[in-house]
Amino acid sequence: MTTTTAPAPAPAPTRLPLWKRLPVVHQLRTSVGLQRGMLVGGLVLTAVFVLTAVFAPLLAPYGYAQLRSDGVAFGSQQPPSAEHLWGTTVGGYDVLSRVIWGARTALLVMIVAVVLSSVVGILLGLVSAYFGGWLDRTLVVVADAIYAFPSLLLAIVVAIAISGGQSGMWAGILAAAISITVVFIPQYFRVVRAEVVRIKSEAFVESARVIGANHWRIMTRHVLRNSTRTLPLIMTLNCSEAVLTLAGLGFLGFGIEPTSAAEWGYDLFKALSDVTSGIWWTSIFPGTAIVLTVLGVTLVGESLNDLADPRLRTRRAAAQLAGEVGTASVVPGGVLAAGPEGFEGLGAFEGPSDATFAGPTAEDGAAQ
Amino acid sequence: MSTTPVVDIRDLKITFATDRGSVAAVSGVSLSVAPGEVLAIVGESGSGKTVTARTILGLLPSTATTEGAVLLSRRDGSQQLDVTRLKGSALRDVRGRDAAMVFQEPSSVLNPVYPVGWQIIEGLRAHAKLSRAQAREKAIDVLRRVGIPDPEHRVDYYPHQFSGGQKQRIVIAQAVSLNPGLIIADEPTTALDVTVQAEILELLRRLPQDFGSAVVIITHNMGVVADLADRVAVMYDGEIVEQADVRTLFESPQHPYTRALLDAVPRVGGTRLRTHEPLDVDGTSAAFATPAVDPTATPVVEAKGLRIVYPGRLRQPGFTAVDGVDLVIRPGEVLGLVGESGSGKTTIGRAIAGLTPISDGSLQVLGVEMRGVRERTFRPVRKRIGFVFQDPATSFNPLLTIAQCVAEPLVVHGVASDPHDARARVDELLEAVQLPAAYGDRFPHELSGGQRQRASLARALALDPELLIADEPTSALDVSVQARVLDLFARLQAELGFACLFISHDLAVVDMLADRIAVLHRGVLVEEGTGDEVLGAPKHPYTQRLLASLPVPDPVEQAVRREAWNRLR
Repeated sequence: MTTTTAPAPAPAPTRLPLWKRLPVVHQLRTSVGLQRGMLVGGLVLTAVFVLTAVFAPLLAPYGYAQLRSDGVAFGSQQPPSAEHLWGTTVGGYDVLSRVIWGARTALLVMIVAVVLSSVVGILLGLVSAYFGGWLDRTLVVVADAIYAFPSLLLAIVVAIAISGGQSGMWAGILAAAISITVVFIPQYFRVVRAEVVRIKSEAFVESARVIGANHWRIMTRHVLRNSTRTLPLIMTLNCSEAVLTLAGLGFLGFGIEPTSAAEWGYDLFKALSDVTSGIWWTSIFPGTAIVLTVLGVTLVGESLNDLADPRLRTRRAAAQLAGEVGTASVVPGGVLAAGPEGFEGLGAFEGPSDATFAGPTAEDGAAQ
Repeated sequence: MSTTPVVDIRDLKITFATDRGSVAAVSGVSLSVAPGEVLAIVGESGSGKTVTARTILGLLPSTATTEGAVLLSRRDGSQQLDVTRLKGSALRDVRGRDAAMVFQEPSSVLNPVYPVGWQIIEGLRAHAKLSRAQAREKAIDVLRRVGIPDPEHRVDYYPHQFSGGQKQRIVIAQAVSLNPGLIIADEPTTALDVTVQAEILELLRRLPQDFGSAVVIITHNMGVVADLADRVAVMYDGEIVEQADVRTLFESPQHPYTRALLDAVPRVGGTRLRTHEPLDVDGTSAAFATPAVDPTATPVVEAKGLRIVYPGRLRQPGFTAVDGVDLVIRPGEVLGLVGESGSGKTTIGRAIAGLTPISDGSLQVLGVEMRGVRERTFRPVRKRIGFVFQDPATSFNPLLTIAQCVAEPLVVHGVASDPHDARARVDELLEAVQLPAAYGDRFPHELSGGQRQRASLARALALDPELLIADEPTSALDVSVQARVLDLFARLQAELGFACLFISHDLAVVDMLADRIAVLHRGVLVEEGTGDEVLGAPKHPYTQRLLASLPVPDPVEQAVRREAWNRLR
């Protein structure tokens, strides 16, 4: 019983290189079958969208507000031709160029909206849940009240308040982004608040309190970092929602002036009357751009969601790997806490104890 | 009755597909259970005992692959089927009729929105064409037979209207209602208090006589095995290392693992790990010498009429968790606090650590009055208190390395500027708890339960505290791991001489470590004294009942104790 010998230092468990543990890369590696197909499809669509946005000046044949080249006007509602591959709009703009430049606007709005709303939402959620009391109750009521409004209506109201309805590129982008932010903050607030309420009562937070750590240290070092695991998912889903809200604002005429930036929703709005007169090219292309962008980002988000949940995640068929059994030294157990320790003495390290039935492991959390 | 075994497991192999490749849970287990026999499968967590038992009912998750055969016989001998090959309705037909399961946690097994009778009838009507009235009749009958008083009325009660022990009786009733040849009980008493456990064990032991079923009981508690089993199978690492008759196994264990397991089981009145007498000259004593406690020294903790009330909701009265407790811990003394769940023992520990405010009376901790204390006043005192939590899995921040976690108290109290700066001291601490310094760079989930609990002890001792509060530090651990943690604990206490409040529900564990033992019952301190006084000659009837309910890991002695317990009832 009274062994005094210290255990021989076992080799540290191998950790994958950093790039393999990055959020999306990690999921891509663990996915199989249909889930992998969904994720890859989403990633391809998203990559095309992002690349288009970044390299818009190189890809687009004309500017987004360009009406004539070499002194000759494009003409209004021209069908697709060699000069204008996707035709021109009722306002005389080149459809292809507008669609490509529109990706840029959409991406900027996405980034600004998600960054603003996540920062504010996470901070409010953390403080609200950690301290509780009247502050928490007030913030929850406000968040619920915002939820009660239809999000597009709220976005319209905010857009009008900020820009008076119409404005230039950055003002327009900010107006759209901020109006989307107002709608999104409650989502981040709620998710982070729920996580923090759970984490707050975990033993390791109590242990930090017993040690005598102050509130700020507990909040940042122990609570916040453990409550962010679902955020990447919400962020991807919100990106697609941001594109839809922006398009909705543009379609209703609260978007960005065509001379300030290209915007798919605005173009659809202007193409409304074309549809009945058989002019298909002005609506099909911006519409498809919206659908594909939203689809791509949503596919990534949904796949991340499925892969994060061990109950939804499909694994390689067990039989396929039956031959490799001999190499695994880990023994599964119903109890996650207690790993196998040798009975002869101080057991050498035998691998993570929660390798089998555990859900997403802490390592997944760290990677996210 | 035929002599074919109720269940015959032949060369069973089970592997699980995981994110890190496939893992063998059971490798080549052969086992058979005769009609009317009680077989105990013992082993530590991860030994594959639960997986083996669940295979009998085809209850494995879809990630598992099974090889080998599990032949399950119908009671009348009309059929014998290989469960591993069954699917869909054929499998459902076998479940409940040929073999039934009793789970660990009765409160989560029963559906809270249906009456218990409905839940029993559901099983009955799934297998036989019965009218509502007939099924109800049968349900009432089976409830009566498992000892639910007034079953005619209580058949319509909902699960929350029963106590934990009664709920487990209902789960057992559900299992025996179809009169299966085999009942599988997976840790049926682990979630229950000792006094309730004794009653459920009594019921389980009567199953072969009253219902004629064989019982497979899965447990890690050697006391339960000694009380219940006819035959024992010991599992380790997915294999059965020893199978024997219960008396043979306890008297002359063959396999080294069985011997180690039996040695590690703590017993009331067994070897104490600490002694106040100097060691023998040859140093053979297993105990660690500690200086005698000075009864005149200023106590580190002194409670007078301590009362802690949890406020009720919506104008309902609050819940009094601790009611008028007087308690003293002197420097260098280990006080064992024992009680069942809900007795208020954890609340007292939390109050001393300043995690729960006290409502009435007085509690002095290291010279600070805790009643209405402000965090600002108490923070300097926190430095002098260490706390070890029950579950080592959750008491570490999963995103920090072990070294960062252990360094946390040093950084918070300004002894070191950052975790890197504290590393030398951290290595020293890890050394003291017998962990190699290299483990400091690992994350908590990369350590086993026992290793984590040792790291937790290192963190609690980082600032060299005068008082250590250990809240059930070993109850989440396997016995062999528990033995080592307790041993380490005694060694460190002898070296460092801290005072300690050791909270546990396990009398035997407390007896190994404590100078004095205090017994709590529903928030009231019913008895206090040295181990010999409290456990050797208990005065209070509750303590007597507690001791009599505790199954001892020795089948011969346990048979005698059972008689005594039956008389005491």
